[in-house]
Amino acid sequence: MSARPLNEQQARECKTEQRSYLWGFLLALVLTLIPFALVAFTEIERLTLWITIGVCALAQVVVHLRFFMHITLARNKREDLLLILFTVLILVILCGGTLWILFDLYQRMLPGMMP
Amino acid sequence: MSSRNTHSLEGNSRHPGLNLGPAHAQEEDTREEMVFGFWVFMMSDLIIFGLLFATYVTMLGGTAGGPGPKELFEMKSAFIETMLLLTSSFTFGMASLALKYREDKTRLVFWLVVTLLLGVAFLFFELKDFHTMFDKGGVPSRSGYLSAFFSLVPLHGLHVTGACIWLLALLGQMTVHGLDAPVKTGILRLAILWHFLDIVWIGIFSLVYLGGLS
Repeated sequence: MSARPLNEQQARECKTEQRSYLWGFLLALVLTLIPFALVAFTEIERLTLWITIGVCALAQVVVHLRFFMHITLARNKREDLLLILFTVLILVILCGGTLWILFDLYQRMLPGMMP
Repeated sequence: MSSRNTHSLEGNSRHPGLNLGPAHAQEEDTREEMVFGFWVFMMSDLIIFGLLFATYVTMLGGTAGGPGPKELFEMKSAFIETMLLLTSSFTFGMASLALKYREDKTRLVFWLVVTLLLGVAFLFFELKDFHTMFDKGGVPSRSGYLSAFFSLVPLHGLHVTGACIWLLALLGQMTVHGLDAPVKTGILRLAILWHFLDIVWIGIFSLVYLGGLS
């Protein structure tokens, strides 16, 4: 099968989408390099470091969803966004509950398990 | 990228993820259902990973006198693995665009093979990592902490292995049947899995590796 020739509009769209993937890649790269560099080369306080790592990770997840998986706020894509948001809600309840209950138990009964 | 362009690109979207557009109209309805169904499966997988993350965090203190994250992990290989997986996500995006705009088999196969090689390289480094950990006494049965680690990280590796096998199968299907509708739908769904696995890896390198080493 040979390459299908592109008309002018398709060529433009193709370029725009290529640029979008490239942007996603660059943003993800920066958001990866920041936490790695902080852990490798600096001696900043642990809590600040953890918060920075967490913020970078969350931002990178959003970048991946937006640029690689094409999840946007556009109205005709709401159902996918709702599916993801609902899953995240379930996840927050399950994970948050697990951590809350277990660390509460550790504090009361197994202080050795506190990291 | 301007919002006007975004609108014109995504105005006729039928299902989540990259839409192939009107040039691939055949079987568009089935594709819509299959891709959305795959998203639902992916989200259930996300719950599994999320809970394994939670288990890992609750087990952080349970090293039972065995080796902990600082002794076991190496920043360099975690970094290499991260870069390989991130780049493979990008090359899969290029493959999707080759499929969408050109139906150009050569270009599509090229990007898919690059993605496959990056995936295999990732697995190679991950297995090497596990080997180093075993050498340092970090086996799954050593402590609760290590059991939690080995249920989370290798499960992700297993998913990547599955995705690589799926990619090989799609390449085989493409050679036999050409670029027909099932192959196209397969590539769209595998793209979702591949990008999803990269997202899970963000959690792993941030929480397990960087969190453990800091």
